[in-house]
Amino acid sequence: MEPRKVTFPHMGEYWIGFKALAERMGCEVVVPPRMTVQTLELGTRHSPEFVCVPFKYNLGNFIEAIELGANTIIQAVGGCRFGYYAEVQAAILKDLGYDVKFIRLDAGRNPLDMVRGFRDKMGTNKSFRDVKDAFFFAARLGLAIDEIQDFARKNLGFQVTPGQIERIETKYLARLAAATNIREVDAIRQEAKAELGSVALDRPENPLRVAILGELYLVLEPFSNYDIGRQLALRGIEVHQPLTITEMINHSIKGFKHVDELIAHSGGWVDHHLGAHGTESVSLSYTLMKEGFDGVIHLKPFGCMPEVNAMSAMQKLSREYTFPILFISYDSQTAETGVNTRIEAFCDMLEMRKKGVVSA
Amino acid sequence: MLKSYLGIDIGSISTKGVVVTEEGDILASSYLWTEGNPIGAVKRLLAQLEEDLTGTEARIVAVGTTGSARELIGAILDAQAIKNEITAHAMGTLSLHPDVRTIFEIGGQDSKIIILRDGIPVDYAMNTLCAAGTGSFLSSQAKRLGIQVEQFGDYALRAERPTKIAGRCTVFAESDLVHKAQMGYAVEDIVAGLCNAIVSNYLNNVGKGKKIEAPIVFQGGVSKNVGVVKAFADATGHDILVDDCGHLMGALGIALLAKASGLEDDFDFSIRSMSFKTTGLECGRCPNNCEIVCVLRDEEFLAGWGNRCEVGLEQIMRPE
Ligand code: SF4
Ligand code: SF4
Repeated sequence: MEPRKVTFPHMGEYWIGFKALAERMGCEVVVPPRMTVQTLELGTRHSPEFVCVPFKYNLGNFIEAIELGANTIIQAVGGCRFGYYAEVQAAILKDLGYDVKFIRLDAGRNPLDMVRGFRDKMGTNKSFRDVKDAFFFAARLGLAIDEIQDFARKNLGFQVTPGQIERIETKYLARLAAATNIREVDAIRQEAKAELGSVALDRPENPLRVAILGELYLVLEPFSNYDIGRQLALRGIEVHQPLTITEMINHSIKGFKHVDELIAHSGGWVDHHLGAHGTESVSLSYTLMKEGFDGVIHLKPFGCMPEVNAMSAMQKLSREYTFPILFISYDSQTAETGVNTRIEAFCDMLEMRKKGVVSA
Repeated sequence: MLKSYLGIDIGSISTKGVVVTEEGDILASSYLWTEGNPIGAVKRLLAQLEEDLTGTEARIVAVGTTGSARELIGAILDAQAIKNEITAHAMGTLSLHPDVRTIFEIGGQDSKIIILRDGIPVDYAMNTLCAAGTGSFLSSQAKRLGIQVEQFGDYALRAERPTKIAGRCTVFAESDLVHKAQMGYAVEDIVAGLCNAIVSNYLNNVGKGKKIEAPIVFQGGVSKNVGVVKAFADATGHDILVDDCGHLMGALGIALLAKASGLEDDFDFSIRSMSFKTTGLECGRCPNNCEIVCVLRDEEFLAGWGNRCEVGLEQIMRPE
């Protein structure tokens, strides 16, 4: 058999963690090329028209990676339609004449279950312990990436020297991608923290605070949301993104209790699990509003049921408390300029609310 | 000298301009078709405004642009304020109606709603996808019924029993309308039904989930249609305010924002005689293949948009 060359879908900078995981399984890895317009075009051309847009991006990543020699695809699965992504994508790729194997990364009942299942499907000769360690290592990378990017989102708009935070971010992400053990990851994390901490900031006392919520893929993949987080930050907003791999790791440890907590803290705005991240969208909108956030931006793929369900509760909540929530729905046709206009208007509105005036 | 501010709203269909005093009084205004050529339209607009201002003491010290071509025209005129149409409309309307709580706007191709409280916009929505319920839909249906779109409103007001028309989507509305016309319903009733359909489409799409409270101001081309105004009043149970200068609100708002910017630079109408050219080109440096639009002033690069990274513009400014 040909040696395995593994690839996976892109999601922000988390490829660093996925790559480390696959390498530790003893596989060669083909990281899909950076997302471009071509990725979406390829994915859209070969996808069913009405499938949600993350599916199209994933498929585009796979095709671009296969062209570079990948022959094995690791695809995560989850609730809702996401559960069928792998099967449908496998069928499409087969029809296109590509000979690839899909390995489903199933969250399972708990983290150990996930590790065991993954080890079986990979058919690796690595011990359970090795596989578990690989997950730990990848998770540690995820935490480090989140920490750096979280700082960037919150401070990008206030740096005295434009581009400085971005340069530091790029530098440390590259170092994380080359790290070989947990100790090294932790050291890089410390260094990054120190260097970011020394960036000169010109920060107002009470900057506008906005959180980005919604469907996981759109939130985590900046290319797919037209880099909304950065756009907001550059308008002088402290941007929060509660959904990250760090959060997901915490949740998977808590298991089902996590959803119960969300419901309990939602002020009665959601009383059952909406699937995927719909429950988060509603519950977090409520808690962030209570915490005094200035607004929420909700991202969802066109036709995404869990988030459509979340929206009606969010709309009511927004009306009840006059709490600004901007809803943006994406498909492969969504025009970037339209999104930019709405973001700009939203920011103006938040600023006017805060100051009672508009500035040009 | 009379300090004044120029605001220009360049939409895909029409281009509007106003010159206002420091107090916000309109000194001159103009309205014309964009005809797919925003630069040409703005030049014609400037000619009209300049003519209106001759003999006055007015001197323009700041310029603002809004509408879909705001970046392009803003670059050409070296504008002090470049803002989206929602903010501009809200500011313009507030200057005339400080207590406004809801703004409806239905234009030729899009529609929006802005919710305000205590003089501050707090929520908005816009619809650019669905053509049902926009001006162009109304005019095409008027043609189908063989009446002038200007008479539409009067027909609607004469209706005794407005026909029910499915307004969810242009395709359905159109076939329903044809069907009702063939069944022999009075044209007046059909027209009134159409106005109701537009209003319910608007309230269910753009206005969905919004708390609509009076005072309500209705703007955009369709606000000139008394049939639609009446349908809005019936549907909301409130008076609907329509200003004669409702179409100028975006331009007025952006003029006021130019003033609020605090930046000043004497504006010279002679900019009209300069030659501006836009060119589109594909970057081609990576698979994104961004379409970059550049504007040249007298053959010299002025500004460019559409590049996703710096490489795109650098290549244009410094071709090897
Ligand atoms: S969460 Fe939404 S976008 Fe993701 S698979 Fe489910 S329906 Fe599609
Ligand atoms: S502008 Fe940048 S992103 Fe766009 S095609 Fe050129 S190099 Fe690629």
